[in-house]
Amino acid sequence: MSKVVDPVLMLALLLNFYVVGTSRLHAVINGAALQGAALGILALLMHGVTPLAVLLACATIGIKGIAIPAMLRRAMREASIHREVEPYIDYVPSLIACAVGTGASFAFARGLPLAPQHVGSLLVPSSLATVATGFILLASRRKAITQAAGYLILENGVFIMGVGLLEAIPFLVEVGVLLDLFVGVFVMGIIIYHVNREFASLDTARLSNLKE
Amino acid sequence: MAYVLILFPLLFAIVAAIWPSDRSRPWLVTTGAAGQAIAVLFAFQEKRIVGLGGWLVLDSAGKLVLGLTSTIFLVCALYAPTYLRQRSERPNAVFCACLLAFDAMLVVIAEAHHLGLMWVALEAATLCAAPLIYFNRNQRSLEATWKYLIIGSVGIALALLGSLFLAYSELQANLEPSLLFEDLLVQAPHLSKPWLHAAFVILFIGYGTKMGLAPMHTWKPDAYGEAPGIVGTMLAGGVTNCAFLAIVRFFGICHAAGDDQFARGLMMFMGLLSMAVAGTFIVGQRDYKRMLAYSSVEHMGILVVGISLGGVGVFGSLLHMINNGLTKAVLFLSAANIHRAFASKRVEDVSGALRRVPISGALFLCGFFAVTGSPPFGPFVSEFTIVRAAFASGRYGVAAIFLALLALVFVGMGSAVVGIVQGVPSARAEATPFRDEVGTVAPILFALALVLLLGLYLPAPLERLLVEVSTSLGGGAP
Repeated sequence: MSKVVDPVLMLALLLNFYVVGTSRLHAVINGAALQGAALGILALLMHGVTPLAVLLACATIGIKGIAIPAMLRRAMREASIHREVEPYIDYVPSLIACAVGTGASFAFARGLPLAPQHVGSLLVPSSLATVATGFILLASRRKAITQAAGYLILENGVFIMGVGLLEAIPFLVEVGVLLDLFVGVFVMGIIIYHVNREFASLDTARLSNLKE
Repeated sequence: MAYVLILFPLLFAIVAAIWPSDRSRPWLVTTGAAGQAIAVLFAFQEKRIVGLGGWLVLDSAGKLVLGLTSTIFLVCALYAPTYLRQRSERPNAVFCACLLAFDAMLVVIAEAHHLGLMWVALEAATLCAAPLIYFNRNQRSLEATWKYLIIGSVGIALALLGSLFLAYSELQANLEPSLLFEDLLVQAPHLSKPWLHAAFVILFIGYGTKMGLAPMHTWKPDAYGEAPGIVGTMLAGGVTNCAFLAIVRFFGICHAAGDDQFARGLMMFMGLLSMAVAGTFIVGQRDYKRMLAYSSVEHMGILVVGISLGGVGVFGSLLHMINNGLTKAVLFLSAANIHRAFASKRVEDVSGALRRVPISGALFLCGFFAVTGSPPFGPFVSEFTIVRAAFASGRYGVAAIFLALLALVFVGMGSAVVGIVQGVPSARAEATPFRDEVGTVAPILFALALVLLLGLYLPAPLERLLVEVSTSLGGGAP
């Protein structure tokens, strides 16, 4: 099975590097969206065309691939910003961090015994590497929109594990997770809107009144 | 019954959202909380309540948390109408609706026996809390909300990853995958150990973020500092204890797997670290609401230290969860009164609280003594039990560090609190319209009475519940 699944996971891994290496917010959002949509296809590839898998694939593509990115694009338009400026960690060091994170994920995953159906697949390492990428984006970028996209990618990483466990986890929970994610980013969108209005900027470095 | 407990506050949340009048709406919160308290009393009569095909089970541990959060919510709901009347410049529809929905989600967490459901409810509670923290609609509260959302979301994403790892530990061991706690406890001895270890670490970090353990506590001072006192109370007494319940349940799985040594080590380390970080930041803290947030970090540390010590420490820790939650209600709400009387939450701007708002000032002082573990209040008994467990298991080093950190916090908080309550109020403070009234002090008095009661006498039904949960986790009874 890993023959059909691994190319999709490879795509997810490549998109990690793409979003970390770019300064254009559009590219970051598109990367996260494409990755989310790829996860929907992953569900179909792993579990065949069963009603459950089709439903999950539709929900995933709809929420992660279309709805949430559309919300983030709208926030971007309203704030009329297009680029990440002066990230806390520059692009090349972030790419190196991403590479190190990916390597570490592969090393860590080697230590975990796999179920027979997943032996030799990239499922666990790509999940962990994507979570690590989400962390890097969250920690290294200043714009609220990039941070929200980072959270989305982190969640994608978790979801890769979730897709692999579709039989173990009831459909209801998977959809609950997607719905929560949707509402979560929606609330973030509202807060982003208020941040933009109050601070006339989406730079989270301005959010620094509260500290010791 | 399992559904009534959840649907009741949820229904009131919907009514509150569409209720037309800002003046009468807060009473919906009070009615909802009172109704819920009655429902909880009925639920406690039954040994075990099951709903949703086993996804919802109200067991002993759930009863402890449900009883605690319902009591704290009742205190907040009694306080809310007067508070919101005083803050009539702000619309309160979103606040009331979110507060009730938030409470409903806490009930779900207390009842959830399915990992996925528990996760969804905690995430929903996090989202309901965001508008509550943003109630004041200024730059500072906005900043606090953003940090709370981002850090909370990351924590919760990790919690989900940990849940999936736990499911994988069943899959890898060729067991029927199930996310029900009952099944997990039965299958625990056969779970794949490497996956179980990885799952516990990730779950502990994820739910630990919601609990506010150092070093994932950074959202806490900001959120507690900027949110209204009611929200601080509900976060410090409600959601953190629900996250603690989750961690206790995972620890139970590790214990059932016969593999809890490593979990104990991690909990001990993070618990003492939280106490140390809290102690460091409490000393010299100039903002008394942030000081309470660090006190919450400290007590979350105490809770996990108690569990990791085992023996009678587990009992002490569970009792401390209740004591600390109720004491936090006293502190946050009386601090909120002082905040409005002095129009400042800087320690240097506030003096003479005992003269300016005599009852709130006295309650704040009592709350301080209670939370720092002075007799005759409840936290003294529970902290003493935890220290006893450390001595009983021969871990004198842990006991020494524990006591030293408690002393550090006492001194740190004490110097700020003495300055706040004593002295002469400034002219600016005398000019604010706020006065102590029944609606803003009676609920706090009620909470303080409970804290005092628990220090003097432990009711038999409560003790039975505590012993049941403690022994199921391999702990002891005093």
